[in-house]
Amino acid sequence: MRISVNGQAHDLDVDPETPLLWALRDEIGLTGTKFGCGMAQCGACMVHVDGMPIRSCVTPVSALEGRDIVTIEGISGKEADAVRQAWVALDVSQCGYCQSGQIMSAVALLSVEPKPDDKAINDGMAGNICRCATYPKIRAAIHAAAKSLEG
Amino acid sequence: MKSLLALSIAGLVGLSVAIIGPVAFGQQPATRDLRAPVDFASIQDRTQRSVALFEEAGKVITHPRCANCHPAGDRPSQGMDMHPHNPPVVRGEGNMGAPGLQCTTCHGEKNAAIPTSSIRSIPGNPQWHLAPVEMAWQGKSLGAICEQIKDPARNGGRDLAKIHEHMASDDLVGWGWNPGDGREPAPGTQARFGEIIQAWIDTGAACPKP
Amino acid sequence: MGFQTPITSRRAILKGLGGLVLAAYLPSVARAQEAGTKPLPPLVPNAFVRIAPDDTVTILSKHIEFGQGPWTGLATLVAEELDADWAQIRVEHAPSDVKLYANLAMGAQLTGGSTAIANSYMQMRRTGAAARAMLVAAAAKQWKVPASEIKVEKGVISHASGRTSRFGALAEAAAHMPVPTDVVLKDPANFRLIGTDLPKPDTFVKSHGQALYTLDLRDPDMVIAMVARPNRFGAKATAVDDSQARKIKGYLSSAIIPQGVVVFAKSTYPAMKAREALKITWDESAAHKKGTKAIVADYMEQSRQPGAVAATRGNAMAKIAAGGTQIVEQTYVFPYLAHAPMETLDAVVRFDGQKAACHFGSQGPTIDQGAIATALGIKPENVSIDVALAGGSFGRRATASGDFAAEAATCAKAYGKNVPVKLVWTREDDMRGGFYRPLYVHRMRGMVAPDGTISAWHHTIVGQSIMGGTPFEALMVKNGIDDTSVEGASDMPYRVADFQCDLHSTKQGVPVLWWRSVGHTHTGFATETFVDMLLEKAGKDPIDGRLALLDASAREAGVLKAVKELAGWKGRKAGDKGYGVAVHKSFNTYVAQIAEVMRDENGQPKVTHVWCAVDCGVAVNPNVIRAQMEGGIGYGLGHALYASLDLDESGQVVQTNFDKYRSLRIGEMPVVDVVIVKSAVAPTGVGEPGVPPIGPAVSNAWRALTGTAVTHLPFVPGETA
Repeated sequence: MRISVNGQAHDLDVDPETPLLWALRDEIGLTGTKFGCGMAQCGACMVHVDGMPIRSCVTPVSALEGRDIVTIEGISGKEADAVRQAWVALDVSQCGYCQSGQIMSAVALLSVEPKPDDKAINDGMAGNICRCATYPKIRAAIHAAAKSLEG
Repeated sequence: MKSLLALSIAGLVGLSVAIIGPVAFGQQPATRDLRAPVDFASIQDRTQRSVALFEEAGKVITHPRCANCHPAGDRPSQGMDMHPHNPPVVRGEGNMGAPGLQCTTCHGEKNAAIPTSSIRSIPGNPQWHLAPVEMAWQGKSLGAICEQIKDPARNGGRDLAKIHEHMASDDLVGWGWNPGDGREPAPGTQARFGEIIQAWIDTGAACPKP
Repeated sequence: MGFQTPITSRRAILKGLGGLVLAAYLPSVARAQEAGTKPLPPLVPNAFVRIAPDDTVTILSKHIEFGQGPWTGLATLVAEELDADWAQIRVEHAPSDVKLYANLAMGAQLTGGSTAIANSYMQMRRTGAAARAMLVAAAAKQWKVPASEIKVEKGVISHASGRTSRFGALAEAAAHMPVPTDVVLKDPANFRLIGTDLPKPDTFVKSHGQALYTLDLRDPDMVIAMVARPNRFGAKATAVDDSQARKIKGYLSSAIIPQGVVVFAKSTYPAMKAREALKITWDESAAHKKGTKAIVADYMEQSRQPGAVAATRGNAMAKIAAGGTQIVEQTYVFPYLAHAPMETLDAVVRFDGQKAACHFGSQGPTIDQGAIATALGIKPENVSIDVALAGGSFGRRATASGDFAAEAATCAKAYGKNVPVKLVWTREDDMRGGFYRPLYVHRMRGMVAPDGTISAWHHTIVGQSIMGGTPFEALMVKNGIDDTSVEGASDMPYRVADFQCDLHSTKQGVPVLWWRSVGHTHTGFATETFVDMLLEKAGKDPIDGRLALLDASAREAGVLKAVKELAGWKGRKAGDKGYGVAVHKSFNTYVAQIAEVMRDENGQPKVTHVWCAVDCGVAVNPNVIRAQMEGGIGYGLGHALYASLDLDESGQVVQTNFDKYRSLRIGEMPVVDVVIVKSAVAPTGVGEPGVPPIGPAVSNAWRALTGTAVTHLPFVPGETA
């Protein structure tokens, strides 16, 4: 089986049912994508597939041949730059474990909705749990990233 | 229904509650079967037979596997107790979820087994999305749902033949009978459901009293 | 990203750079004063600062960073006295070594009780000052000028002659200077870093997917271990059939261990699949089989009788028994709660038969070294732990038994080969794994005098002791009272003539543990909602009424006044909004909060705004303090509103993942405004004290809005519990 991650092809010799999350982490060595719940509840495992946000913990690798997978390590473009800059400038993270997923969701949100209001942030980020409750800073960082994209 | 039990507890501590609706969604008869049109042949009156056929189809329509994604509001429900969907997803434009958290963020093209989890699998279908709000079933009587299904203004502009096609062969509708490990399927089969709908149409597509 | 740092690399780096490690000897008398308690162990060398030729200054943090900000805080203290430029500061975890890295408030290398800043305040400042003095001495020697003429500012050492140097160029020479026996610390008026918002040193890696947690550690020889645990606490595995597991590619072996059955596999998903495929026979003869409902019923019954007296003055029971119309009685139920940090428990242990090299997010390295040593049958000094970042803890990564560290060691021993074994827990393991905030029932009775003062207060608490049955029991449980069961209740701050707080410590087969803010999680809720009800009965304003029951100089009064001003308090209700206040001291930090609460479309509480005033002494990192208040509010609010860890009638855990153990999400997080009360008192912690006031503030606001007092948590019971 061959999948493309961050523009690089990887041949995998695993059970086709293996969730992408574990292929990324254990086989390819990309550990920025996190395990939090294993059932698409918390969003720590968020990646992009063909530009769309996807939960890697419930997506079998067999569904991904020929698709373009991007992880936190490979995300690029103006939305990604704006989001990461805002995340750093506002010191969003506490324990930091969920933040890869938060950032992947935020980039996906801004790619479709460049100027989200608070409700759009609530709706688009509802799938990402932060047990440290960094939510006020996540919200502020998304607004800040949106503002920086205007200019 | 467990959710009502929980809600009644909520009532005790002073929280007012939203009642699900006049139809007992999710409360299924013990039998998992769907009767065949021939089983209704003994009903002499054509309209009564039609109504009875629709009521049989109602076992499917009100089954949580189907009704969960026909919510009246912006949030689907899930589980046999039809609790609000968690994570708290919203309908979004085009009934596909919100930017950043679309239906397809978690629901892939096929049911995905997650044997390590209590829910056993995540539902999947290439077309996974919510029914449009004008096709909402939750909170409505079976009669009202029936009238709505026949109303082109509220059924996506379908005539009865198209309705049958949708019910009998749509792949996402068919998911209700193939919901993945850990999930109770809708009663009967999609083929039998199609036959019931066809027989209902053939008998004049009469509706139960609203 | 390729292969990641092998397990023992940090130690190798430390050795390799040994010449540049600035060792600072701290006078034991001064250290004893810092700790404010007993004399400390004899003089020991401390290694906290490493200055590299490239001019980076690396601070070794003796406290684990899992979100509460000790990396920033400890580095700030060192950098302040070192007069370093903040941009040159890096932080890493110190390895396990209790002689060097003990928490001075505890005598063990352990992070907890919101003590990181409090116990390090003087120690880290002295360390920075000592390092500065050694750099200055090196410069003086090289430049042949008196040390007293040398200035240090923002990472630059200079002399009036025009000579200047960065730290890096002098590091080697400085390492050979004698360690000062005493140092002069700055006058706080001259602080340049302390009290300012400094960028956190761990932010960049955490914003780029580059931060390494235990789960991220890899090694070509690494084996994954997962443990199948029983459905009920206390059951034991007696037999295992792995014939189905053997068909799974990547499966290696399995073994019965005291915790259950461990599965070994080459990677994580095969380990999960193989664990599912095992057929295990369990002996449930000693298993816990009691459900939450039955436990609550028992506790309710027990609460009708007074327990062991934790604190008493006057005769509250007699006064209440004498009766009167102005008696208020209230019963409270607090469920078991899981910590559920985002990163589930995990640990890497490599055991060669004599020594264990470990790498994981260890909250209490000293405890974990002991637990691992016991599990392996070796001496604690033969166990080394490299501390990794952890994805949250909230207390779960420290247990008196070192539970998951010992489990990882047991697994490594069972595997029997000299390779790194990584123990991985799933979320289900975490939720079903015990070590919960205990379930408590409180019964409170109080009496309001005709003049509106509170004349009697009787508080009975029923629940498991978190110290009972642990090595801490002898130290922490006195005369039947585990202080962590009654803290915040037995010492509640209000002036009441006749007062009693008593305790029934119960036994259950459910493992329990401290949970972010420990006893204050329930005592704060009970005392602060109860006083609010008594004040309402007395016809008093919740804030002015509280102030009248406090000394004017009380720090509780200070934060109450500050939060009142911040929120522009106008009373308990305005239109469709209710307002509630709560104030609580925990870990010597004082926090008052006002919550604004509305009804949502389903009639459930929606918390829209929280105002928070905190007095934690000197504010070392205001940005961290504000973030911890926000985080504490979010953590406390999410659990008060939605979370309950229940056992069914047969003793099995009902909520096994976030689908049923509902966590606060972004749309449920209120706007939070924080004011930090100015103080010159030595700093105290902020990791936990933001938690206790939010539940009662919301409950008081809800009562103001609806007339209903919520006293059984959570507010919104689960849909499927």
